[in-house]
Amino acid sequence: MNPVNYLYLASLLFTIGAAGVLIRRNAIVVFMCIELMLNACNLAFVAFSRMHGNLDGQIIAFFTMVVAAAEVVVGLAIIVSLFRSRHSASVDDASLMKL
Amino acid sequence: MSLLAASSLASVTSVSSFTSAPSFTSAATTTSTGEAVQFWILGTVAVVGALCTILMKKAVHSALCLAATMIVLAVFYLANGAYFLGVVQIVVYTGAIMMLFLFVVMLVGVTAADSLKETLKGQRWWAAACGLGFGVLLIGGIGNASLTSFTGLGQANAGGNVEGLAALIFTRYVFAFEITGALLITASVGAMLLTHRERTERAKTQREMAEERVRKGTQLPPLPAPGVYARHNAVDIAGLLPDGTPSELTVNKTLKDRGQIRDVSNEAIADLKALEQRSSERLGREDEEAKR
Repeated sequence: MNPVNYLYLASLLFTIGAAGVLIRRNAIVVFMCIELMLNACNLAFVAFSRMHGNLDGQIIAFFTMVVAAAEVVVGLAIIVSLFRSRHSASVDDASLMKL
Repeated sequence: MSLLAASSLASVTSVSSFTSAPSFTSAATTTSTGEAVQFWILGTVAVVGALCTILMKKAVHSALCLAATMIVLAVFYLANGAYFLGVVQIVVYTGAIMMLFLFVVMLVGVTAADSLKETLKGQRWWAAACGLGFGVLLIGGIGNASLTSFTGLGQANAGGNVEGLAALIFTRYVFAFEITGALLITASVGAMLLTHRERTERAKTQREMAEERVRKGTQLPPLPAPGVYARHNAVDIAGLLPDGTPSELTVNKTLKDRGQIRDVSNEAIADLKALEQRSSERLGREDEEAKR
């Protein structure tokens, strides 16, 4: 098996995540789809690292994970505060700039 | 950062166990049949999990499907020679991030399903078409690139995966690593700031509450306790007045608003009715037997 298959899998997962962001309305599920896209990128980086025979790709994937962790914390805090003010987690309801 | 330190410690132990198994390290330069089988089986699981994530109606089911996909990705990282990342993926993603997701889902409400009403007409189909086109472009691009040969991580992982990563992080990427620390601190402070709520009014003191109660004059003593002693004393059961009717005063207002009050007086009457019916049935049968 060619390791390029990992790249195909990564692009497939990224596509599913992107479609999910466009299709779903629940802010939490949209956020999960973003996580899926980030994970697909990580898989591509790891596969590239193996193809090129150096560890730089894994370092990038590691930094992506750290940034994803920070992003999740802030994003979920935003969702919780939005839910408090609107009593709904739907992205359609958050149509105004002010709370 | 302590989480990362713990995960790196875990990965050190796991790497030592992996390097002792020759199949894992040799798989870095040649893809074995075993890896192909693993790829096709687990890859299917990952894609199905991802599809379930975007198609499930309830957010809890989406979160669980996403956790399954992430675990499969961790196995793929291990198979690709990224032992540290594989363990970090399980510890950070499925351990911390998905649990945070589940926590927020529980906070927001498990039953909160997506509304199926479309605000933009045909948005769902256009989105699906856009996703399909994007996927075709992405996969076609990879297919056109000549990626037939690969080097493998055998040489890069020779001194150990964690040691190699550490050598890179603390030399070439040390500045990015420090910036990452600043980012994590900022994110945690930001999360605390966003979820913190300032009191808009001063809390009433006990004296003020007591004076207010006397001024109103409706309920001077403390509210009666819930529960029917000798039968139930749970907080969701209204206490009974001497004539047997439940008293609304005894139960919490929140439970009343949610409609989570159990009424033991009706329950007792229904129990009695069932008992009478059962005994009459029994008696009737005995009557029939007596007739024979």
